[in-house]
Amino acid sequence: MSDPFLSQKDDIRRRLEGRYVGAVPHNQALNLRVVDYSPEHLSLALPYREDLVGNPETGVLHGGCITSLIDATCGGAVIMSLVAPRRIATLDLRIDYVRPALPHQEVICDAHCYKVTRHVAFVRATAHHGDAASPIATSSGTFVVFRDDKRQNDDEGESQ
Amino acid sequence: MRLRDAVTAVRETGDFTSLQEAIPYARFMGITAELVDGDIIGRMQYSDHLVGNASVPALHGGTLGALMESTAIFKLLWHGETTAVPKTINITVEYLRSARAEDVFARAVFTRHGRRVANVRVFAFQDDPERPVAVATAHFLLVQD
Repeated sequence: MSDPFLSQKDDIRRRLEGRYVGAVPHNQALNLRVVDYSPEHLSLALPYREDLVGNPETGVLHGGCITSLIDATCGGAVIMSLVAPRRIATLDLRIDYVRPALPHQEVICDAHCYKVTRHVAFVRATAHHGDAASPIATSSGTFVVFRDDKRQNDDEGESQ
Repeated sequence: MRLRDAVTAVRETGDFTSLQEAIPYARFMGITAELVDGDIIGRMQYSDHLVGNASVPALHGGTLGALMESTAIFKLLWHGETTAVPKTINITVEYLRSARAEDVFARAVFTRHGRRVANVRVFAFQDDPERPVAVATAHFLLVQD
C-alpha cells in the first residue's frame, strides 16, 4: 500500500524538479538537483564541474555559481512556504564566505524561509559540502511576493 | 596559461582575454572585462543559459551577482601588486530591476582599498549606466604572494 504522504512528497519533488529547476535555464545549466524539501525548506545541490572552477590552481568552484545556487535555493524555499503560487523576485541577498570551498566536491544549499509577510519573504541559508554544521557560506535574503500576476511597472524587478 | 601568468599579461597589455581563458567559470558565463577610458568595465555576454525566468525573459539573479563579483576581482587584480586572486569575504547584492535577455555590464568602485581588505561597490547595468539593474557591496581579503 502506498503512503499518501510519500506520494504527495514525490509529486512535489517532481513539480520542483520540472518547473523550478528544469524550467529555469540557468538552474538547468548548473545541473541543480533537488536534495530535500519540506514546507518552508528547500535543499538543492550544485554538482562539481571543471567548467565552473574559479581558480584553476585550487580547483575550487567560483563564488558566482555558489551565488546562483543560494539564490535559486532561497527562491525555492519561498515558493515552498507560499500557500498559493505567486511570482517572486529577489530583493537582496547577502553571502558570507566563512571558509574556503573544497575542490572536486558538490555544494549543497539548505534554505529556510522563516517568515512571510503580505509582500515580503525572509530567508536564511547555508551552503556546505554535506555537513551542515560545517558551512562554506551563510546567507540571508529577502524576496518580494507579488500578489497579482500583472507586471507592475518597469521599476519592479524580477530575477527569478 | 596559468592564472598568475594571465594576471601579469593583463597588466602588461590591458587585454583581459587571457584572464577569461584562464578562468573556466568566466568562459562558461561569457564574463570578461575591458578598459574603457582607463576604467575596467565588466561584461557578461548574453547566452540563453543565463536566463532565470524564461517567460519574461529575465536573467537569473545569480548571474548578475557572478558578473559583479568577477568585475570587482578583475579590477582588484588590475590595480593589485600581487598576482594572488583576492578572496571574497562577503557580497551583498541588491536587485533593482529585471535584467533583460541582453549583455550586462558592470563598473566597480573601491570605497576603500587597504592593505588587507578592499571594500568595493559594483553597479550592473544594461543600456543606461544611470539605471543599474543591480548593485553589490563586497569585501575582499587581499592575499600576498
